[in-house]
Amino acid sequence: MSGGLRLRGLRKSFGGLEVLRGVDLDVAPGEVVCVIGPSGSGKSTLLRCANHLEPLDAGFVQVDDVLVGYELRDGRLHESSERDIARARLRMGMVFQQFNLFSHLTVLRNVTLGPVRVLRRDPVEVEREARDLLARVGLTEHADKLPGQLSGGQQQRVAIARAMAMKPSVLLFDEPTSALDPELVGEVLAVMRGLAAQGMTMVVVTHEIGFAAEVADTVVFMADGVVVETGPADRVLRSPDSPRTAAFLAHVRRHPDKETDHA
Amino acid sequence: MMLDTLHTLEVVRRRGFASRWGTGAVLVVVVGWLAYTVVTSPNLDWVVIGRYFFSTPVMEGVGTTLVLTFATLGIGLVLGAVLAMMRQARNPVAVAAASAYIWFFRGVPLVVQIVFWFNLALLFPTLGFAPTNAVITPFLAAMLGLGLHEAAYLAEVIRGGFLAVPRGQVDAALTIGMTPAQATRAIVLPQSVRVILPALGNQFILILKGTSLVSVIGGGDLMTRAQQIYGQNYQVIALLLVATGWYLVLVSLAGVGQRFLERWAAS
Ligand SMILES: Nc1ncnc2c1ncn2[C@@H]1O[C@H](COP(=O)(O)OP(=O)(O)OP(=O)(O)O)[C@@H](O)[C@H]1O
Ligand SMILES: [Mg+2]
Repeated sequence: MSGGLRLRGLRKSFGGLEVLRGVDLDVAPGEVVCVIGPSGSGKSTLLRCANHLEPLDAGFVQVDDVLVGYELRDGRLHESSERDIARARLRMGMVFQQFNLFSHLTVLRNVTLGPVRVLRRDPVEVEREARDLLARVGLTEHADKLPGQLSGGQQQRVAIARAMAMKPSVLLFDEPTSALDPELVGEVLAVMRGLAAQGMTMVVVTHEIGFAAEVADTVVFMADGVVVETGPADRVLRSPDSPRTAAFLAHVRRHPDKETDHA
Repeated sequence: MMLDTLHTLEVVRRRGFASRWGTGAVLVVVVGWLAYTVVTSPNLDWVVIGRYFFSTPVMEGVGTTLVLTFATLGIGLVLGAVLAMMRQARNPVAVAAASAYIWFFRGVPLVVQIVFWFNLALLFPTLGFAPTNAVITPFLAAMLGLGLHEAAYLAEVIRGGFLAVPRGQVDAALTIGMTPAQATRAIVLPQSVRVILPALGNQFILILKGTSLVSVIGGGDLMTRAQQIYGQNYQVIALLLVATGWYLVLVSLAGVGQRFLERWAAS
């Protein structure tokens, strides 16, 4: 397989706690992968390690066949400079549970900041593209507001536009709807559905089993820092191989809007 | 009494006035008496105060005090920002170095530091090619002492401002390809300014008054000039009042400036 995202043997500990214990994951270009699993199983850590927000203890990450965070020299992996890490990160966009918009900048400036400051592109052209993106996520009239003036669902759509403005190869989502009021979940999922339909490569950590069933090509079930089961979405969600996956799915379906603390 | 007639009754406010007028009167009498004795004291020559208030040496002293204040603020801000960033760095050596700096320069009294820089020649007789005393003038010693000390305080003020910016926004900046340094400049610094400004105004006033300490090495500031003058004419109280007046004027102006800055930052 060429291109896409490739995670191999990821290991990560915090203090004495090993949160990732050898995780492999392949995401083909255009594929949508949903990662599910109980709270504390290491899903967020997996995404943060994928774009090197957290340095790895072992393993490697490749995106578009480029190593992220490390360089291969004389048979060893050397950690890259901040500048090279930043450059490799450009290939991955990320959308956070808490939106994390820049609260001192308008919606428009949140979207244009990266292309102008990091990619050094022409501000006029960038602004035109940013307004197009904001129109696509349904926020045309909100371009000049500050993030604090928007609802959670609107903020999350800005965050998606901000990530898309960098034209990444892969978009990573960490529970993008978990911090939203139930009536706002739909508008964000609709935007994500649209991205998937356009062939965007996506890794989505989510508790929305319905969304996974509808949009995902592949579903990955994680528990205790390892991938327990992975396979085509309808197969894993309908007839999982592992009893742990089955138990988790049963639990989530019984309590669709509760945090899931055990599988 | 019927409950439904309560709303027709007169409301009597608690009596605060009597005691307020009472304390006020006592204060006026005490302060008035103090002012009267000072103003009419035969030991106080108002003509002398008037003569020196705008005199050349005093005005030069005011100028030096202002230059020292702004230089201290500048050194403190730049070095303080660097120290604040070091304290947040992933590199433990940077964290330890910054912590040690803050521990030392905050722990040693300012006067001791100023006198130390002034006497640097006793430790290092030459700096490079030049004799130390030719390089370290009283003014430079004053600036070093004040600036390095202030940096330790401002580092903590600035770090407090950094901490007020949610960590997630830095993560977001990194995911759009910024380096940590770019994220600090574009995301953290602009948002910390609003948090830092009130504390900074306070610190500015402390620096302004703190510059008077450089008189112990003859730093040429307002206090130094006042001392030099009363050393010759023995009008100690008169010249201390000249200095007092100027410090109050400068501090008041600083307060006005701070209010403008805060209003600007809020918009
Ligand atoms: N920066 C950190 N320092 C210390 N421990 C951490 C850190 N980040 C995560 N952990 C721990 O690692 C474990 C896995 O956390 P992670 O956030 O990856 O789980 P998760 O699967 O995303 O859970 P959730 O569904 O609740 O978001 C947890 O026990 C958590 O406490
Ligand atoms: Mg998580």
